Amino acid sequence: MALLEIINLHAQVEDKPILKGLSLTVNPGEVHAIMGPNGAGKSTLSNLITGRPGYEQTEGTVRFKGQDLSAMAPEERARAGIFLCFQYPVEIPGVGFTTFLRTALNARRKARGESEIDAAAFLTRLKAATKALGIPDAMLKRPLNVGFSGGEKKRAEVLQMAMLEPDLMILDEMDSGLDIDALRIAAEGVNALRSPTRSVLCITHYQRLLDYIEPDFVHVLADGRIVRSGGKELARELEEKGYADFVSQAA
Amino acid sequence: MTATPVAAATPFLDPETRAEGGGWLGAVRQAGLDGYRRQGFPTPRHEAWKYTNLSAVGRLAVETPPAVPALTAADLPGDRLLPLDVPRLVFVNGRFSAPLSDLDRLPAGVRAGSLRAVLLTDPGHLRPVLERPQAQEAVATLPLAALNTGFLSDGLVLEIDAGVSVEGPLHIIHLSVPGESATLAHPRGLIRLGAGARATLAVSYSGLPGAPSVINAVTDVVLGEDAHLSHVRLLAEAPEGVHIGAVLATVGARARYDAFTLTLGGRLVRNEIRVLLDGEGAQAHVNGAYAARKGQHIDNTVFVDHAVPNAKSSQLFKGVLDETGRGVFQGKILVRRDAQGTDGQQLHQALLLTPGAEVDIKPELQIYADDVACSHGATAGEMDAEALFYLQSRGIDEETARALLVEAFLEDALTTVADEAVRDALTERVRDWQRGRAQATWNV
Ligand SMILES: Nc1ncnc2c1ncn2[C@@H]1O[C@H](COP(=O)(O)OP(=O)(O)O)[C@@H](O)[C@H]1O
Ligand SMILES: [Mg+2]
Repeated sequence: MALLEIINLHAQVEDKPILKGLSLTVNPGEVHAIMGPNGAGKSTLSNLITGRPGYEQTEGTVRFKGQDLSAMAPEERARAGIFLCFQYPVEIPGVGFTTFLRTALNARRKARGESEIDAAAFLTRLKAATKALGIPDAMLKRPLNVGFSGGEKKRAEVLQMAMLEPDLMILDEMDSGLDIDALRIAAEGVNALRSPTRSVLCITHYQRLLDYIEPDFVHVLADGRIVRSGGKELARELEEKGYADFVSQAA
Repeated sequence: MTATPVAAATPFLDPETRAEGGGWLGAVRQAGLDGYRRQGFPTPRHEAWKYTNLSAVGRLAVETPPAVPALTAADLPGDRLLPLDVPRLVFVNGRFSAPLSDLDRLPAGVRAGSLRAVLLTDPGHLRPVLERPQAQEAVATLPLAALNTGFLSDGLVLEIDAGVSVEGPLHIIHLSVPGESATLAHPRGLIRLGAGARATLAVSYSGLPGAPSVINAVTDVVLGEDAHLSHVRLLAEAPEGVHIGAVLATVGARARYDAFTLTLGGRLVRNEIRVLLDGEGAQAHVNGAYAARKGQHIDNTVFVDHAVPNAKSSQLFKGVLDETGRGVFQGKILVRRDAQGTDGQQLHQALLLTPGAEVDIKPELQIYADDVACSHGATAGEMDAEALFYLQSRGIDEETARALLVEAFLEDALTTVADEAVRDALTERVRDWQRGRAQATWNV
């Protein structure tokens, strides 16, 4: 069974149609890159999959593990195994990073009928994941994302992903605002999580992220639709030619 | 037929009533009654009571709280007090309860007990506290504090000798047990720290449900030079309870008064705190947090009087308004002509969880010196939808996510409470309040 199956998705924001008949199938273990010009609807797609309020599905279906997502709350989608690496992670003063992580992990465990993770086991796992990503301990003691640099924020997103073990990792412009070293660390973190059952939806404007996270499929999203799909060589072609062809084609 | 408006407006006091007792104490009480009669019961026409309307309280037919038969510790509403395992003094309907109190562990140099007992044995040494200018000013300008003074007879006396540093907090519990019908009490607290003394005082005001208990409390705080008091209070009156309180703190040279008030309970609360920075280098940090839901009205009114040079003050209040909860914050900083080098800050922030919630804010700076650094600020906002979605997108359900964000909002106020056990105790009560919200939501 496909992990994620999107058929003829139409969606709007504030009555403005953004996605106009998008179809996409992601099987377990696959890495799909979604590329496209600014304003094409890439973030809208990730928001729709994760259930952000204000994004309205008007037509089509989105299924995750065979389950229709449209009736599920954002937290239910997360517990089912969807994780979005935010392009701009939200700073939340007053919520400690560690407290937040444990709350999120336990919410997921509870939904699966598992008991709460004991404090020692949690810390052991957290320490291991933190170390792998080169995250300083001090960061864990800070409020969630507050005062984190761009690179730290992305690493913190990957750390959450490592702890929550999703089946679908959606990366929205993970490379934005990162220098090459920070990008490599974050991408290595993602690669470490790849497995035959775990899939990646890698949304990006530029090809350079795909040097690190190698896609099985590349799709071009323009004007709310996937206008072309191919292998990873398509990304290089886009890098050279830009999106001009597709934008005019879609218009 | 229409309701008769509050008449000549001195409810709770018969025209014939004269102060009890003679001598200086009788005179103090009589001045209190006179002060109340002169000012009248607060109405929205009083500038200071514009946002908090007491007219329904003024219409209550009140009795003196009943003498309460012996309670046991099990009768205390543990979930509405600060959970602290420390020496405690318990007052039930304003009367000191020896059996419920635990004074065995009271450290040396600390004397604590009932005002009634001190008035019987050695009233004279309270005279400087009750006759000090700040208390007289309160009688002249706070009608209900004046009324309290008129009936001054019982409450708390806590005195800490000069140089004594008290390890760990002490807990004062005020419990209101309702009568057959509405009751009115005038508890008085007198807290005095000698030069260089230090202590943390946790205070819980709470009530059992039933007919409305109206508490009209006044607490005098007098800090000697270099003394340091952390005065943390939980106001968690019963749902029908009314709490009108005035704290009058006189802070000596280089002394420090840290006040924190967490208000969660009561139908109507007016928490007035007046601080007189009375000696050079004195400091006061008057902070608080509150949360109001359906039908609750919570008013924090702060007045910091910079009477001397080089004193420092700050005010930080954070309010969470849910359902039709209503908040009021009035914060005034007065910098007198001689108070050069004053540093005075004030900030109020409100989180409005529903469109029906409301908050009124009145900041006031009155500055007569020229070398001062003063500021005030206020914000009011809704819950951050981005933050909420972020938390939910990690699998945290909406109720829990909201609770986390409410706690996060209150966090920077709560962290100003230095004692960890007291801070944790406050946080626990905040979490209970949050659970109450979840329940209310489920029940609807
Ligand atoms: N919350 C929103 N409110 C209004 N318009 C939005 C919102 N989110 C997206 N849009 C609009 O939808 C279109 C697609 O945006 P987006 O999905 O962010 O594109 P991309 O991520 O591909 O750059 C843009 O025209 C954008 O202005
Ligand atoms: Mg985008």
